[in-house]
Parts: sequence; C-alpha cells; structure tokens
Amino acid sequence: MIVRILGEGQYSVPEGEREMLERLDSDIVDAVDNEDEEAFTKALDALTVAVRRVGQAVADDTFEPSALVVPFADSTLEETKGLLAEADDSSGSDDR
Amino acid sequence: MSVMKRLSGIVQAKTNKLLDKAEDPRESLDLSYQKQLESLQKVRRSVADVTTAKKRIELQASQLQGQADKLQQQAKAALTQGNEDLAREALARRAALADQLTDLRSQHQQVAAQEQKLIDTAQKLQTQVDAFRTKKETMKATYTAAEAQTKIGEAVSGISESMSDAGMSMQRAQDKIDGMQARAGAMDELLASGALTDLSNPVDDIQAQLDKASTTSTVDAELAALKAEVGSGAPPAAELGTAGGEGSAS
Repeated sequence: MIVRILGEGQYSVPEGEREMLERLDSDIVDAVDNEDEEAFTKALDALTVAVRRVGQAVADDTFEPSALVVPFADSTLEETKGLLAEADDSSGSDDR
Repeated sequence: MSVMKRLSGIVQAKTNKLLDKAEDPRESLDLSYQKQLESLQKVRRSVADVTTAKKRIELQASQLQGQADKLQQQAKAALTQGNEDLAREALARRAALADQLTDLRSQHQQVAAQEQKLIDTAQKLQTQVDAFRTKKETMKATYTAAEAQTKIGEAVSGISESMSDAGMSMQRAQDKIDGMQARAGAMDELLASGALTDLSNPVDDIQAQLDKASTTSTVDAELAALKAEVGSGAPPAAELGTAGGEGSAS
C-alpha cells in the first residue's frame, strides 16, 4: 500500500505493516483527544520514523493515489487538529 | 477514527476538487509553481522587514545606553557640585532607563529568533520550490506519456494528489509566514509608538540644572573676585550702601 507523509512524499509499505502503523496512529488519536502536545509530538515522530523504516520511497516519476496519509512530520497538535477538522467537514462527500 | 485515514479523506477531497477544476493538469502545475515562487518572494520580504525591525531595536538600545551613560556622568557632576538631590534624580532616571533597556534586549532576542525562523523557512521553501520545479517536469512528462497510453485516469489522480500535497505544504508555509509577519508588525508598531522619545527631555532638564549650577558657581567665583578687588582699594559695598541709604533718608 502507498503511504504519504505530507510535505515529504510517498512510501510503498508492505500490507503486513498496516496493523503496526495503525497502532502508532491510535497513540496520535489519544494525544489529540487528551490535548497532550508532548505525547503528540512523540507519537507523530514514532509514526513517521516507522513509515520511513518499513516503507520504500516511491520514485519521483511514479504517481499513485495513497491509501494512508501521515501529517506533516513537524506538525503541531493545534495544526493537526485544524487539518482533521477540515477532514470532518469534507468527509460528507467522501464517506464510503 | 485513524488520523491517517481521515487525512487520506481530506487529501482525496482536495484532489477531487483539483480534478474537477483543472482542464489540463500541466497548466495547473505551472501555475502552482508560479504561486510557490511568489510565496518565496514574500518570505524574503518578511526577512528584510524583520531585519529592519531588529536594527531599529539595536539603534534604540544604543541611544538608551548613551542616555544612561550621560545620566551617570551627570550624577557624578552633580555630586561634584555638592548637589546630592540632583545626583539622586539622575540616578533614579538612569535606573528607569535600565529597565527599558532590559525590555528592549528581550525584544531584540525575540526579533532575532523570528528572523532566524524566517531565514530557515526561506531556505526550506527554496529547497521545496527547487524540488517542485524538477518534479513538475516529471509530472508533466508522466502525464503526457499516460495520455498517449490512455492510462490517463490513474496517473492523473496520482499527480493530482501530489499537487494537493504541494498545495497544502505551501498553504502551511504561507500561514506560518503570515503569523510571523503579524508578530513582526506588532513589534514595529510598538517601536514606532515612540514611548521612549519623551525621555530626552528629562535628561536635558537635569543638564539644565547642572548648567545653571555651574553658571551660578562661575558667577559666584567672579563675584568673589570682584568683591576682593573692590574691597582692597575702597570701603566695603555694604558701608557704601548704608551711607547712601542715610543720604537718601535725610
């Protein structure tokens, strides 16, 4: 599957790693829910590092839609909340 | 719900919007590149603005420092004249200036940090824009190739997603720049408000008192010299006055 880190690029990640990434993702969700900036930074860092570690950078001349999108690697909690709020606004047309 | 899935939703929505709008993604790419160049120029202007603000603070600080030094000397001069009250006044004003200098120094630190942030942003943006310039040519070539192979749908949505990402990155950089500009602007206003300028007057009135005192002492000295000169060859002035008084009374 293709995973994009915003502002960075795409990585091709083996399907078997999805569960591991989603576990890391849930740490981010918790940090956002608890408004815990420190935990957020740590969790986001863990996720981006994991994507880069298990994934292979997609060549510049390959363009495929991404299955998962990771926030900007240096995002703040506030910024990510803003992005997610946007996601909630637009999810009406995108729910499946 | 997972952050990655929600973000994937928003990127997709942005991409769809882009696809609805764009007739030829190659044109959008050039347009997007143009926008990025404009952002870069904006950051560079911000760097120049903040640098100006920083220099203004430095100038103001050195003026304040000069005034503080002057007050110190004036306090000394006042003491020499034996005017302890005036010396105390000068030192009190100097203490007030020292507080302002401390404030200015912390402002200077903030502005310098901001300047560094902007410079870093400009560098980052430059790298991003350079990378995009290369990437957009690849995107255009891929699009053209896909078009020829009638595989266009998939390539287009992939390219469009990359463009959405580039757009979001740019928007993000822009938001940061706007925030920094707003802060730099507030700092500028603070400096332009001229809260410090009225300090030059109090300093001058101490100088006026010192000058007056030194004029007085010069006059006293001259007077004493004159008295001594007059006293050696003629009767004391007081006696002359008394005699004159008697004369006018009779």
